Amino acid sequence: MAAASKADAPVPLFSRLIVLLPATLFVWFLTFLPEVSGGAVLTWKVSWIPQLGIDLSFMVDGLSLLFALLITGIGSFILLYASDYMRGYPQVGRFTLFLVSFMLAMLGLVLSDNLIALFVFWELTTITSFLLIGYTHEDAAARRSALQGLFVTGAGGLAMLAGFILLGQAAGTYSLSEILANPDALRGHADYLPILILVLCGAFTKSAQFPFHFWLPNAMAAPTPVSAYLHSATMVKAGVFLLARFTPVLGDTEVWMATLTIFGAVTTVYASIIALTRTDLKQVLAYTTVMALGACVMFLGAPTRAEGGDPSIGLIAAVTFIFVHALYKAALFMVAGNIDHEAGTRELSRLGGLRRAMPWTFAAAALAGLSMAGLPPFVGFIGKELLYKGALAWPAEPYIAVAAIVAAKVMMVTVALLVAVLPFFGAQRDLPKRPHEAPITMWIGPIVLGVIALFGGLLPDLTAETLLLPAAAAVMGYQPDYEVKLWHGVNIPLILSGITVATGALIYAKRATLLAALSRGVAALPLTGDRAYDKVMVWLAEFAAWQTRWLQGGVQRRYILVVFMTLGAALAVTILVRDALVWPLPQVSANFVEWGVAALIVAATISTLLADSRLLAICSLGVVGAGVALIFLLFGAPDVAMTQLLVETLVVVIVAIVLLKLPDFRGEKRPTSAGRVRDALVAGVVGVCTTLIVLSVTAQPPQRAITDYFEENSVPGGFGRNIVNVILVDFRALDTLGEVAVVAVAGVAAYALIMLRPRRRSGKRGEETGT
Amino acid sequence: MNSLILREATRLLVALMLLFSIFMLLRGHNEPGGGFIGGLIAAIAFALYALATDAQAVRKALRADPRVIAAVGLGLAIGSGFLALLEPAPFLTGQWTTVGDFKAGTPLPFDIGVYLVVVGAVLTIVLGIKEQQADVEDDPVEPEDRR
Repeated sequence: MAAASKADAPVPLFSRLIVLLPATLFVWFLTFLPEVSGGAVLTWKVSWIPQLGIDLSFMVDGLSLLFALLITGIGSFILLYASDYMRGYPQVGRFTLFLVSFMLAMLGLVLSDNLIALFVFWELTTITSFLLIGYTHEDAAARRSALQGLFVTGAGGLAMLAGFILLGQAAGTYSLSEILANPDALRGHADYLPILILVLCGAFTKSAQFPFHFWLPNAMAAPTPVSAYLHSATMVKAGVFLLARFTPVLGDTEVWMATLTIFGAVTTVYASIIALTRTDLKQVLAYTTVMALGACVMFLGAPTRAEGGDPSIGLIAAVTFIFVHALYKAALFMVAGNIDHEAGTRELSRLGGLRRAMPWTFAAAALAGLSMAGLPPFVGFIGKELLYKGALAWPAEPYIAVAAIVAAKVMMVTVALLVAVLPFFGAQRDLPKRPHEAPITMWIGPIVLGVIALFGGLLPDLTAETLLLPAAAAVMGYQPDYEVKLWHGVNIPLILSGITVATGALIYAKRATLLAALSRGVAALPLTGDRAYDKVMVWLAEFAAWQTRWLQGGVQRRYILVVFMTLGAALAVTILVRDALVWPLPQVSANFVEWGVAALIVAATISTLLADSRLLAICSLGVVGAGVALIFLLFGAPDVAMTQLLVETLVVVIVAIVLLKLPDFRGEKRPTSAGRVRDALVAGVVGVCTTLIVLSVTAQPPQRAITDYFEENSVPGGFGRNIVNVILVDFRALDTLGEVAVVAVAGVAAYALIMLRPRRRSGKRGEETGT
Repeated sequence: MNSLILREATRLLVALMLLFSIFMLLRGHNEPGGGFIGGLIAAIAFALYALATDAQAVRKALRADPRVIAAVGLGLAIGSGFLALLEPAPFLTGQWTTVGDFKAGTPLPFDIGVYLVVVGAVLTIVLGIKEQQADVEDDPVEPEDRR
């Protein structure tokens, strides 16, 4: 809720100017329309990690262009809307950054031509969604919802990555356009089923399919612009997009059709029932979003060709509905935001009579509501008729599809009435604020979206030819020969439409009675997804606590013991199982200086073991390190030696800072004699195994291939004579980048640990760690 | 640590070490050295300074939060990799240009990024420890709470 006192704060200039970014992109994408609707597929590619088949490559076809236009077009209005809606919120700049980052990530997702890049963009949308849901992070409910969305969609995303890797292995390429060019290769592949299951995990979690739907209504904790953009129009469509993208290669099989139909139908029916029990405007809209996603998934389960080779109406219906839903749902969320913002509440029971106070918002609500209810001449009507036709044409058991879609459509009529009629007609009730119209930036967006829905329906040829059929062609894998019309004459879909509108209106009228009955029913459900999530989280926390107690009890000696036992075991197993040992061991030849350094290291080691003060122990250990550095130097690795020496120095300096504050060594509990034997045993195993392995490795003839390559290419390729450094900053710069990222994260993480002040006993320990 | 010798020697040493660290950074491409080594030297210099004086003085000398330094370094290293996309070549491919006799290329900003990350990350830890100690001294905690 925007603080009323700050509502007249000025709107920062950047939050207005940023609207130009999506608007420009939108116009740019519009210029692709003629070419792409003619059937062209535009690609653009830069190699990224060519050795792994990972490229930064983009593909614009009918499907990705439809999504790109929705993302940038709706994004422009959302950013404009947010500039006023977020007025008075703290850190608006951060909010805008998150929102724009999300938009770019989403664009990358739909345009990406590489599976791995697609996955990266997919996870970026998950992370930006997490940041946006948790934007009001002082609120515990917002934090929980943000984490819940992150866990559910993140887990699904990981499954999807595994699926992508299998897919890439099976297809021999990670390039989407190449995979799509060979559509029949995967369906018969031995790994088809695992690939399908893993990819579906990603799609179903992201697109909130039952039983993973629960995170989406909770995500409504985010400010309304976020709900309107991410959690209705764009991000939650990512799963649907993924299914549509893979329909040509994974679809058209029994298991695909059955899974999508069942999950989609269950989600649709379940969400339409729950939507009725909600009284918060945003919650109602959230459940209808889940319902719409279910319908999209169900229709993507249609076969790509109807019997007799006609184009599949089911898939055309799915694509049309994606478009229709994005338009009206984004508009209605913005309307809900306006009502909340200007009247102070979103509770249905408190709203009424706002028509005069908020005429423009009412107009927007009416336009979007008519499209949602599927009344002619709106594009929603076309979408609805197509859905009915598609359901009637279902290959097996059309009744399931018809029943699910009728239930959904009845609910959409009811919800359209709830959003577009209930708050605006009747008597005005007692409201927290005196309602007045929102600024133009907040109603222009929904109005324009509503008008597009109107003209999209009035000009069905134009909409279909430029946008919908090219997108459907990308899903089906061939150009459909189909004419989209507003008026098909009196037929079964039209009769079904009449029935749904009447039933929806009836439910709206009898809402109060139904609500009470349904709420009791829902409360009696034994296990909902949300409660199951809580159980899993509790179990996860208990498991983490158990393994932390076991592995990380807080005793340094134990940590070291675990680390070295693991190392020793790994080395011993390698020697015994992998037959790594070369016997007899090679003769070690060393000159006088080298023996001298070795003796120094041994002496310093013994001194470390026998030391009875920390200072002596640390200094002795420093000598060991310096000795190792000397050996590096003797064998011609000055860079390694220098680094080793500097790290040793740094350790001594840091320890010196800490050391002064630590109590004396001698006062501490020393290990028992049994413990000492154990320690000696572990140390001995590690030492002996390491020595054996090093000797065995040096017994092999040296592999010169890599060294030769770097020696030859360092100066001509990297313009540097220091091969080590050229490798670090040029040949293997990606590795270095990974390492410095680890260094930076380690620094920040250590800082966080240091700053965790030990709390007084009176303080609440652990309260903050849970966040 | 309150030692006059250390304090006075440090003032001289820190300046020399910082100079040396930049020398090591720059010469790294042809002779032993480089961003990682240079960064370690600079970090040791500031750590020594922290040992001789206090964390506050180091923060003043740094002028920026070490966490910010690390972040800027990481950003610089990543950003230098993106220049390759103008070519277009794979991410992080070194891009070179010659100005007279002087060859300049993206590995240099990359190495400077490495340098800054090392300085920033190490000093984040060192100053954190140092400040935490000062806090604990001001505000002693019961020993059994100290974990």
